[in-house]
Amino acid sequence: MELTYSSIIQNKHIVEDIYEMHLEFENKEINPGQFFMVKSLEGSYLLPRPISVYDYDGKILKLLYKVVGKGTKIFSKLKTEEKVQILGPLGNGFPLQDIKGKVALIGGGIGIAPLNYLVKNLKAFEIDSYLGFRDKIYSLDKFEEFSQKLVIATETGNYGKKGFVTDFVNWEDYDTLITCGPEVMMNKIIKIGKDKSIKTYASLEKRMACGIGACLGCSVKTTSGIKRACKEGPVFSGEELVVEEQPW
Amino acid sequence: MVNLKVDFLGKEFKNPVLSASGTFGFGEEYEDIFDISRLGGICSKGLTLNKKEGNEGIRIWETPMGMMNSIGLQNPGVESFISREINIMKKFNTNIIANLGGNTEEEYLKGIELLNTSEVDIIELNISCPNVKEGGMAFGIKSKTAYDIVKKCKKVSKKPLMIKLSPNAENIGEMAKACEEAGGDALSLVNTFSGMAVDIDKRSPVFNNIYAGVSGPAIKPIALKMVHEAAQNVDIPICGVGGISSGRDALEFIMAGASLIQVGTANFMKPDICIDIINEIEVFLIKENIKDIKEIIGIV
Repeated sequence: MELTYSSIIQNKHIVEDIYEMHLEFENKEINPGQFFMVKSLEGSYLLPRPISVYDYDGKILKLLYKVVGKGTKIFSKLKTEEKVQILGPLGNGFPLQDIKGKVALIGGGIGIAPLNYLVKNLKAFEIDSYLGFRDKIYSLDKFEEFSQKLVIATETGNYGKKGFVTDFVNWEDYDTLITCGPEVMMNKIIKIGKDKSIKTYASLEKRMACGIGACLGCSVKTTSGIKRACKEGPVFSGEELVVEEQPW
Repeated sequence: MVNLKVDFLGKEFKNPVLSASGTFGFGEEYEDIFDISRLGGICSKGLTLNKKEGNEGIRIWETPMGMMNSIGLQNPGVESFISREINIMKKFNTNIIANLGGNTEEEYLKGIELLNTSEVDIIELNISCPNVKEGGMAFGIKSKTAYDIVKKCKKVSKKPLMIKLSPNAENIGEMAKACEEAGGDALSLVNTFSGMAVDIDKRSPVFNNIYAGVSGPAIKPIALKMVHEAAQNVDIPICGVGGISSGRDALEFIMAGASLIQVGTANFMKPDICIDIINEIEVFLIKENIKDIKEIIGIV
């Protein structure tokens, strides 16, 4: 983990509010599922934003991000050769050594970002990818290349199947479920994993201030007490997560 | 060479820059990022007699040039601190300030008794945490309540006591004076301002506790004013804190009467910002031909 100032190689608009930033970051080791705290050098906002690694080849760090607020809005306007402050790689990443059997990757929206870097690192496994979007689809290349089966669903029915992607998974086919996406989707998958005794891993998204375990802002309730999403996570196994019953 | 050293409560600080409680853990998270021994001191995460899991729900919320937190004093408890976390802090070769909070008078007193036997240099008595249901900040609103708790704590403490004041105090000048009269050895101010955020989509408060603590550059001018006001009212030394994110900010607090300063929220903006602040202070002193930082403490 290091604090550094990286040059932007490119920062392109993908679709709707989705952008992809490429940064110079040579010769480092990054596990799939790890993230960086990213901050522009200008702009009147306070906290760096946690952004997960979308791809890394030993030279270029790729981040896929969604504009959701002030910080990411500023990111979307940054130009090539401008520098950004990055701190990372942070967090545990997916436990590659523990993944077993046939794997379903289930991503929702911008949650596909860490799964993209994961799928190319799971070549030894039989992988099916299930990706859900609201309306527009994006960033499918790696999933097409490395999955045996790729299922796309959109809520509007604009592409692929209409509905939530979790409606199209035949759960019994899998030994491992790996998910990243909206909390409601992940909670549903964690519950299914528990009910059907399928090993499940979820990469959680939490509000963070420091990203390194000092502020205790990103707490996660687990069966062995409160843990930090930035330090002991962001990837947790389904059975250790205490998922609150949703009121709806 | 300019002298950045400050004597504070009989301890030597290599420079006036400390990391503030709750933003720096016990130091270990930052040791890969910069040389922590360069700091004047580290204030521990807020401790309580017994371990606390902290608050449920959202704990962090960004505001314009500031943030709100509702961590709720999640900490391992004083006993764990003495047997484990203090050893992490000791290896950084700088002053160790144990921040101690509590829900009841008894918790404060028992906590102090345990810390008496430890190697902490100073106890920062936190009578100002806005994020716990009982106690905490309640001790820091009325001067009389603060006077009583400080007086009792002082009676049992073998360590110097620095009282961390709340900006939510009814009258900060009177509060400062009351803590001095009760025997407080020093003051640190300010803790976070009580504030609120509403999630308009959910039509509900963002925080489960409804109110949370506001910090960061947005509060700096108000914190600075309170430090100045306190400094006008007491003779005991003051550690200034509240939105400091540059050497210039730090120097403002020092000139307003703070002998030491703490950097809190800014650690999240740039985790090695304390080093920038120390360097910027030094550059200013050289440029202005000020030989010793003590020359400018409280000059405005």
